[in-house]
Amino acid sequence: MSVPAERPGRRPPPPRPPVKLRDVWHSASFRAIALQALVIVLVIGTGAFMIDNAMVALAKRGIATGFGFLTREAGFPIGEGLIPFSSEDTYLRAYGVAILNTLKVAALAIVLATLIGTLVGIARLSTNWILARLAAAYVELFRNTPQLVQIVFWYTVVTLLPHPRQAWNPVGDVFLSKRGLALPWPDPHPAWWWTIAALAAALILALWLGRRAARLRRMTGTARPALPWLVALVVGTPVAAWWIAGAPVAIGIPAMAGFNIRGGATLSPEFIALLLGLSLYIAAFIAEIVRAGIQSVPRGQIEAARAIGLSLGHLYRKVVLPQALRVMVPPAAAQYVSTIKNSSLGVAIGYPELFNVSNTIITLSGNTIEAIVIMMAVYLTISFVIAALMNWYNHAMRIRER
Amino acid sequence: MADAAATSPSAPRRPPPRRETGPLHWAHRRFFNGAHNVVLTLAIAWALVLIVPDLLAWAVLDAVWTGPGSACRSAGGACWAIVAEKYRLILFGTYPYEEHWRATLAMAIIIVLAVASGFERFWSYGLFAVWVVALGAVFTLMFGGVLGLAPVGTHEWGGLPLTLLIFIGTVVGGLPLAVLLALGRRSELPVVKALCVGLIEITRGVPLITVLFMASLMLPLFMPEGVTIDKLLRAQLGMIIFFAAYAAEIVRGGLQAIPYGQTEAANAVGLTYWQRTRRIILPQALRIVIPPLMNDIIRAFKNTTFVSIVGLFDVLGATSAAIQDPEWVLYAPEAYLFIFALYFVFCFAMSKYSESVERKLATGRNF
Amino acid sequence: MSDEPDNSRPMIELRDVNKWFGDFHVLRDINLTVRRGERVVVCGPSGSGKSTMIRCINRLEAHQEGSIIVDGTELNDDLRRIEAVRREVGMVFQSFNLFPHMTVMENLVLGPTLVQRVSAREAEERAMALLARVKIPEQARKFPGQLSGGQQQRVAIARALMMNPKVMLFDEPTSALDPEMISEVLDAMVELAAEGMTMMVVTHEMGFARQVADLMVFMDDGEIIETAAPDPFFASPKSERTKLFLSQILSH
Repeated sequence: MSVPAERPGRRPPPPRPPVKLRDVWHSASFRAIALQALVIVLVIGTGAFMIDNAMVALAKRGIATGFGFLTREAGFPIGEGLIPFSSEDTYLRAYGVAILNTLKVAALAIVLATLIGTLVGIARLSTNWILARLAAAYVELFRNTPQLVQIVFWYTVVTLLPHPRQAWNPVGDVFLSKRGLALPWPDPHPAWWWTIAALAAALILALWLGRRAARLRRMTGTARPALPWLVALVVGTPVAAWWIAGAPVAIGIPAMAGFNIRGGATLSPEFIALLLGLSLYIAAFIAEIVRAGIQSVPRGQIEAARAIGLSLGHLYRKVVLPQALRVMVPPAAAQYVSTIKNSSLGVAIGYPELFNVSNTIITLSGNTIEAIVIMMAVYLTISFVIAALMNWYNHAMRIRER
Repeated sequence: MADAAATSPSAPRRPPPRRETGPLHWAHRRFFNGAHNVVLTLAIAWALVLIVPDLLAWAVLDAVWTGPGSACRSAGGACWAIVAEKYRLILFGTYPYEEHWRATLAMAIIIVLAVASGFERFWSYGLFAVWVVALGAVFTLMFGGVLGLAPVGTHEWGGLPLTLLIFIGTVVGGLPLAVLLALGRRSELPVVKALCVGLIEITRGVPLITVLFMASLMLPLFMPEGVTIDKLLRAQLGMIIFFAAYAAEIVRGGLQAIPYGQTEAANAVGLTYWQRTRRIILPQALRIVIPPLMNDIIRAFKNTTFVSIVGLFDVLGATSAAIQDPEWVLYAPEAYLFIFALYFVFCFAMSKYSESVERKLATGRNF
Repeated sequence: MSDEPDNSRPMIELRDVNKWFGDFHVLRDINLTVRRGERVVVCGPSGSGKSTMIRCINRLEAHQEGSIIVDGTELNDDLRRIEAVRREVGMVFQSFNLFPHMTVMENLVLGPTLVQRVSAREAEERAMALLARVKIPEQARKFPGQLSGGQQQRVAIARALMMNPKVMLFDEPTSALDPEMISEVLDAMVELAAEGMTMMVVTHEMGFARQVADLMVFMDDGEIIETAAPDPFFASPKSERTKLFLSQILSH
């Protein structure tokens, strides 16, 4: 009797039978449904009660509800921003400035924290005893103190810096004073935005081309050097874009003018303090993540790699780093999200990021609920986007097992 | 064939050759092991030589330890006198001077109980009840109004007692909520699961300051006319919800780690859902997640500083208020360094405890 | 549930039982009767549904069609019936499933004290007696992690017996054990059978089956292919699939 390929004896599941009323109370499914119905009633009831109270309170204060307030004139200035803003602009534009400010400080903090954290993490594993101890001291020191205290501390330090007249001038045209850090910076010109866009596009293209080249090399065995071409691409494209868009060379130089320093770009003391407070704190956590990631690669793999004769560079690039990255990326991404959310601490020192500006908008417009909803929606969107990217990365990088 | 098992006299044990021991070798191994390490060590030593003497001069040798602000201005070193002058404000906030002993006693109760809670032999659901009773005692001490103690409103509470109180309130209130949320998220009832997932994910997706803000500013809006909730209580509720959302995910990880066979065995014996959860699943799950929970607890301690933004005077808020004094405002960094050290002591102690727990869990069962 | 032992009524009855996991038809038209005091051994290749079938009997899994009747009580969604059945049916798992954070004694007394409202002292006496029966009374105060696999499984048997069950179900009780510990567990099961316990055992241990079983049941691909007494079952199996399975399992 051969085993048939089809399974003639199998049937689809039957429809669910009707419920007999008598045994319903003791039926597990009835209890489940009853409990859930109770929960829904409680939640909706409480929610309705609370919303009703809010409506009454808002009506009493003559505040209109709805998102129309976004088109009203803001009526307050914002200290700094990537796009120009004046008090005649709308609330909506104010939100735009605030979000850009948040992203600006968070992005820089993430980059800085990753650089510092990676260095400190590797230093922790160094065979040099002093270096390892110093790195450990850094981690313990910055991890075990509240981030807000660090931010406020740096802000206090920056505000105690000398007046612009006696600004500290470490090198060239860079000035550090209680008004902030003044640097030479190219004058605003559309060509620079094109350059940045071209750089981003070139990087993505180079990444993609590099992986294709690597795959080609693996399959055919030929080792055509791709790196010089990729470097040329990443360097050449932005330069070409800059050239085509007008090749501006005007650079603002900061110099004393009256009571202040004008020219170039100035990083405000709030920005500096927030940047330092965010990055140094997160760097300590990144250091631990990097250390744990590198240590997670089993000793035996390194031994096997050396037994094959891999050089130290190849060992780290091909064996240790790919596996260590898998372990490092998820917690690092969590720290990055945390950085973006903790940029809201800028409110304590007056940096006009999203939370701070939302606060002002609430005070001035009275549309508390709408403003809070907008703010939470922005933060949630950022969190979910990064979480989705993380899931994609984890899925793409997973070690395939049987 | 000769007996292959013939033994030769075994070589006697000897100490290692002299080059391998001694202080010179110890130093070589740690600092000068390899060319790059020699360079590194020398570079670090050079940097230290540049920085440390100046730092020491500023922090210790030229520092002013007591005296008025004018004394600091004439000296060039650190002005620790600001701490000597303001420490009561920093540590107790606006709590009335004569009643500081009550605040100190309250802190002592909290710290003693916290240390005792670290020992496994005291772990049981009863410990939670002890905490609740202790918190009641702490509240009575701080509030006053009974037993002949002068009443002190919550708006006057501040400093270290406030920080500790908020911290303990967050953990004691947040852990049970976290357990309920974790159980709810794993529930098979879709409504309960959806509610828990929604609460957890939304709370985790927004900054703590927004949660505190919502609790402080929006809650009064949602209350009927005339009902006011104490400011401290509002902030505490916000902290509890935030902590619970994160801790719930950690507890959920622990629940997922319990093999399904435990549930089946409990079912086979005939236990109900709550009997099974209370006696079989939770004790095992909670034990597993103590190290990551400790991380969250330490973070909750650091997060108490956030309440200074919504107008409460914890250690950070009190310090920021204390340095507004124009006579001392130039020496604010020293004050912040002082509370740096304060926070560091607490957090470092907790993180060392957490590491010791992790080690013991990794090696065996009982500690 | 009746209290007087009715020897004419079967202990376990499965009539036209069908079960699906989602769309997958895992148990097909299962018909089986287990009489009081009978010892049934269920065998078959992995994936044949034997564990699923046995777990339907104490409602660890739910069947969608057909009826399962345990000592006169038909199993359905009714919580009272499920509780009643679980009180009468004891189960021993392949992975023991002892509660690691409790001592052996605490593992044993948990069921009786919580579910049967038995006093602690009585439960402890019962526990010590059962531990003596499985020959490990000295392990009472130890934690499961401190015992060997064979000892743990014997504790699991004692834990199931603590509820005074009328039927004992065994789901591959020795499959997770090192070979040198299999015999101590099988010995305990043989003793249990000798005392007249109704047993349903899913196992690959054919020596045990030949010694103890009253009825052999061979399952494959979700259905019962063949049932017979042990001697005719091993000597002259009727179905080709049974022959194939026996040749694979008895070859080593």
